[in-house]
Amino acid sequence: MAKVVFTPNVQRHVGCPAAEAAGTTVREVLERVFADNPQARSYVLDDQAALRRHMTIFVDGQMIRDRARLGDAVKDSSTIHVFQALSGG
Amino acid sequence: MSDRLLVSTRKGLFTVMRNGGDWDITGVDFLGDNVTLTLTDPRDGKSYAALDHGHFGVKLHRSTANGWEEIPSPAYPPKPEGYEEKDMWGREINWTTTKIWALTAGGPDQPGTIWCGTLPGGLFRSSDHGQSWEMMRTLWDHPLRKKWAGGGADWPGIHSICVDPRNAKQVSIGVSTGGIWHTADGGASWALRGEGMRAEYMPPEQAHDPISQDVHCLAQCRAAPQRMWVQHHNGIFVSSDEGKTFTEIKGVEPSVFGFPVVVHPKEPDTAWFVPEIKDEKRIPREGKLAVTRTRDGGKSFEVLSKGLPQAHAYDVVYRHALALDEPGDRLALGSTTGGLWVSEDQGDSWACVTHTLPPIYAVRFA
Repeated sequence: MAKVVFTPNVQRHVGCPAAEAAGTTVREVLERVFADNPQARSYVLDDQAALRRHMTIFVDGQMIRDRARLGDAVKDSSTIHVFQALSGG
Repeated sequence: MSDRLLVSTRKGLFTVMRNGGDWDITGVDFLGDNVTLTLTDPRDGKSYAALDHGHFGVKLHRSTANGWEEIPSPAYPPKPEGYEEKDMWGREINWTTTKIWALTAGGPDQPGTIWCGTLPGGLFRSSDHGQSWEMMRTLWDHPLRKKWAGGGADWPGIHSICVDPRNAKQVSIGVSTGGIWHTADGGASWALRGEGMRAEYMPPEQAHDPISQDVHCLAQCRAAPQRMWVQHHNGIFVSSDEGKTFTEIKGVEPSVFGFPVVVHPKEPDTAWFVPEIKDEKRIPREGKLAVTRTRDGGKSFEVLSKGLPQAHAYDVVYRHALALDEPGDRLALGSTTGGLWVSEDQGDSWACVTHTLPPIYAVRFA
C-alpha cells in the first residue's frame, strides 16, 4: 500500500495523520484516505475535486502533473507527500 | 444598544466589548488566520465566521456553547465535462468557492435560513444553520450571469444580500460587477434591477446598462424597505422603489467614492458612507479620515471627523467594515491599517479602540 504524508502546516486546522492506502493513481489512494478522514478532503481538493491551486503533491519525490484528475501513477511502495506550494503567500 | 463587536481581520477574529464607557478587546479566536466576515444571527444568537486559509481554501465555522465548530463551506456543483467558461481575460472560471463575501440571515419566519454570497459569483442558501448549502442554480445558470465581471477582485462576487423584512421571499443582492438582482419568489427566478445607475468606466453606450454597474455595497432600510442605498464605484445612488430605479447623488464632498454604506433602520433618509479619493488612489482625502452622513435622503451631507485621525491617515474602510447597531445609534468603523473606532452618537464623535489591529475586513455588532 502507498504511504501518504501531509504537510505539518495543515495539522492545526484538521488532523491529517500519515496514512496507508491502496491504489494505482494519486486519486485512488487519496480518496481512500479521505473516506476515513472526510474533513481533510476540502483542505487539499477544491469543489471540483482538483488539487487546490497552492497545494502540491509529490509521488516518490516527483511533483505530479495531473492536478485536475490526479491520474499520476502510484506504486505499492510509493510515498505520496501532500505539501503547500511556495506560491500563495 | 449593542455592547459587543466582532472584528474580522487578516490575523484573527477579535471580540470587542463595551466596558463602562470604553470599548476593549476582550478576546481573539482563530489567531493568525485570515477571518474575512462574520454573521451573528439575530434570531438565535449563533455566530458564523468565514475563514480564508489560502492554500487550504475557504472554510466556515459556527459558534457553539463551547467555542467554534467547522461546518461545510458552500461548494460549487461539478462543472459539466467539457464545459468551458472563460472570464473577460480569457481565463477559465474555476467553479469553486474562492471567497465568502456575504452572509445574511433569512427572515424571521425562516429559522435556520442563511444566505451566502461568494466569488466567483455563486449564491447559496442553507435552511439548517449552515449544515448544508444549496446553490441558487436559477441565478448561476441565468444567461446574463456570464456578463458579470471582476471588479476590485479578479472574479465577480456577491457582497450584499438584503432580505426584505416584509416578505423574506423577496431578496435583493449586489454584485461587483453585475448590478443588482432581485427575486420575489424565494429564489425560483431572478431579474436584473437598477435602472438609473451610471458606470463611468464603460463606453457611453453601455454606461447605463444595469449589468455593467459596479455596486460596492447595497443597503435596505428595515422600516421602509422601498428605500435602498448604493455605494457604487463612481457614485452614490438612492432608490425609493426597492431598487427598480435609482437617482444619482452628485457633488458629495469630500468624495463620492467609497466602499460601505449603512442606512438607519427606521429613518430611510439617514445613511452613512466613508469617502475616499476615487479609484486610482483609494485613500482619505488630504490624509483625513471621515464619515459622511445624510439625514435628508441625499440632499445634503455632513462630514463627520471628530475623533477620527485628521493627519496622515491612509485608512481604507472596506464594504463590510462599517457597522450600525440594531437601534441605529452606534457605529463602528475598521480600517485596512488596523484602526478601529466606535461612535455612540450616530457618528457625531468617534473614539479610537485601537490602531494596531491587523488589516480589518469586517466589523459587526453581535
